Amino acid sequence: MSESEMAPTNDSHRNRFFSKISLLVARWMIPTDDRGRIRMVVDSLILHLHPSKVPQSTLKWTYTWGLGGLSTLLMLILGVSGLILLNNYTPSAPQAYLDLLELRANVWFGEWVRNLHHWSANLLILVAVLHLVRVFLTGAYRPPRQLNWVIGWLMLLLIAAANFTGYLLPWDQLAYWAVTVGSSLIAYLPLVGEGLARLALGGTEVSTNTLQNFYALHISFIPLLIFALMSYHFWRVRKDGGLSIPKTSAAQEDGRMERVTTIPHLVQRELVFALVWVALLIFIAKLLPAPLEDIANPNLSPNPAKAPWYFMGFQELLLHFHPTLIVGLLPFLLSILVVSLPYWDNRFESVGVYFRSPKGKRLTQLAIGTALVVTPLWVIADEKWFSWVDWLPFLPQWITMGGLPFISILVFFLLADRAIERWFRASLEERVLFHAAFLLTAFVVLTVIGIFFRGHGMALVLPWQG
Amino acid sequence: MENSNPASLSRRSFLHLAYAALGSLAFLESGLILFQYLQPRLGEGEFGSKIKAGLVNDFPPNSVTHISNGRFFLVRLAEGGFLAVYQRCTHLGCTVSWEMAQNKFICPCHSSHFDQQGDVENPPAARALDLFAIEIINQEIWVDTAKPLSRQSFAPSQITYP
Repeated sequence: MSESEMAPTNDSHRNRFFSKISLLVARWMIPTDDRGRIRMVVDSLILHLHPSKVPQSTLKWTYTWGLGGLSTLLMLILGVSGLILLNNYTPSAPQAYLDLLELRANVWFGEWVRNLHHWSANLLILVAVLHLVRVFLTGAYRPPRQLNWVIGWLMLLLIAAANFTGYLLPWDQLAYWAVTVGSSLIAYLPLVGEGLARLALGGTEVSTNTLQNFYALHISFIPLLIFALMSYHFWRVRKDGGLSIPKTSAAQEDGRMERVTTIPHLVQRELVFALVWVALLIFIAKLLPAPLEDIANPNLSPNPAKAPWYFMGFQELLLHFHPTLIVGLLPFLLSILVVSLPYWDNRFESVGVYFRSPKGKRLTQLAIGTALVVTPLWVIADEKWFSWVDWLPFLPQWITMGGLPFISILVFFLLADRAIERWFRASLEERVLFHAAFLLTAFVVLTVIGIFFRGHGMALVLPWQG
Repeated sequence: MENSNPASLSRRSFLHLAYAALGSLAFLESGLILFQYLQPRLGEGEFGSKIKAGLVNDFPPNSVTHISNGRFFLVRLAEGGFLAVYQRCTHLGCTVSWEMAQNKFICPCHSSHFDQQGDVENPPAARALDLFAIEIINQEIWVDTAKPLSRQSFAPSQITYP
């Protein structure tokens, strides 16, 4: 009994001793003025997110382009502006549209907040894709950062989902038909597509049920998931030893790495960058109104009816191929390739070097140039002269518009792969780079064609003639 | 090997098994509840229910009439039979319009063409326009818009006669 009573007494003595010491130290460390005290609190908050020191070379603006930071900033702006917009919105047809008219006409800064939300959301898609491209080009997805690459891919899909569900909420013609086309794409998924589309729409067509479903997804489920993944993404950046380090010739020579303190070197840059972008967005939201067309009318399809711009690459492909190929097989293969990439394209030596090598850079230029020429020519040729359907009318469409073109493109790709391997003596990572650059450029070209060069009845037109 | 004998099942492992089984059951139930909860909700008298298109004699043979609240075209063929053709294009879901001059349905989105019976004349649409079931009671035409009936192509058995 006496012993067990003794122990806490000893402990409390010791505790009192240490607390006295620490108080003494703290008195000496804690700034006495208000400004200094606030500074200390803010600094310790920053150091919860960032490490205390970062490699000098990763601060170089032309290495990261600040794309991850900009994505975070846009997420924050979207969260805040979204919360504000909630106050003036009813997820019900046709009230949703009337609320938007009211927002525009009678709410102070209503239109401006909506513009800010609209443009930030659209910019986020672009920035998130560019962030992925940067990470790809510098090889930063390779071990040990492979898990964060996968998380990033998931977040990109969630950002697309958030954008798509938000697209419907204004309940105008643009929203209605873009979502009709978009959800019809989902219906082409093999086996589960029909049921999934019916569940998402809450019926056979886009209706108030759809609006309520999309609203719930848009304001709670998707943001919560993104927030969880974002937190994990940040934590993993530190877990994986910070950003990948650019390999400059100087750093390679002496092999040493200069580190600087996060405060102020990194934080100052982040702050300036964020302020510049906030200023830009404020201006954009002031100058460019977010589109709002007539109220949704299920009996009147506009001509042409287009999906949201970030899905126009897919819609363009749908004019040429069987839907199951574009909506089922293509995203499936793409996801497998992207997710598995760090596990077979994982050479450590070229991490931190843009385009892997000088040869890789030349190959990338070649791929982009080829794609810029070949893709438009292919679209025109497929539209005007090329038609398996007409040549082989007795075969079902899934062969003439699915199997045959898919196999011919696959053969074309394998030949191109052999060619660059033989002629340029390209290594595995350089070939991967070539194909990725080609595919991404081709997809961007298709998206541009879909947005600007498709007019009445989705016929090919020149944008300045429309 | 002892565990394979039911008699040797200890109280502890029995309880573990029971927890696991009940837990899975509860999980499954929640899933089913959620699935049922999210099922489409349909209102009476609007699209999704049974809709009265009109009387048989309102529609002359060889005519196409758009019934907008039912989202379908009531087609009366030359020989007197009826088809209720869902207006949603089977390609990407746009609303087709009836072009009287060309005698066909045309989708504005990707210019799929369909003939009067809804058969594909021009891709990218891969199959004929969906139908709704028609019931004719006392010369009144009732169309059930709850579920579109999908079909590959037109067949005479799809026609409803008064």
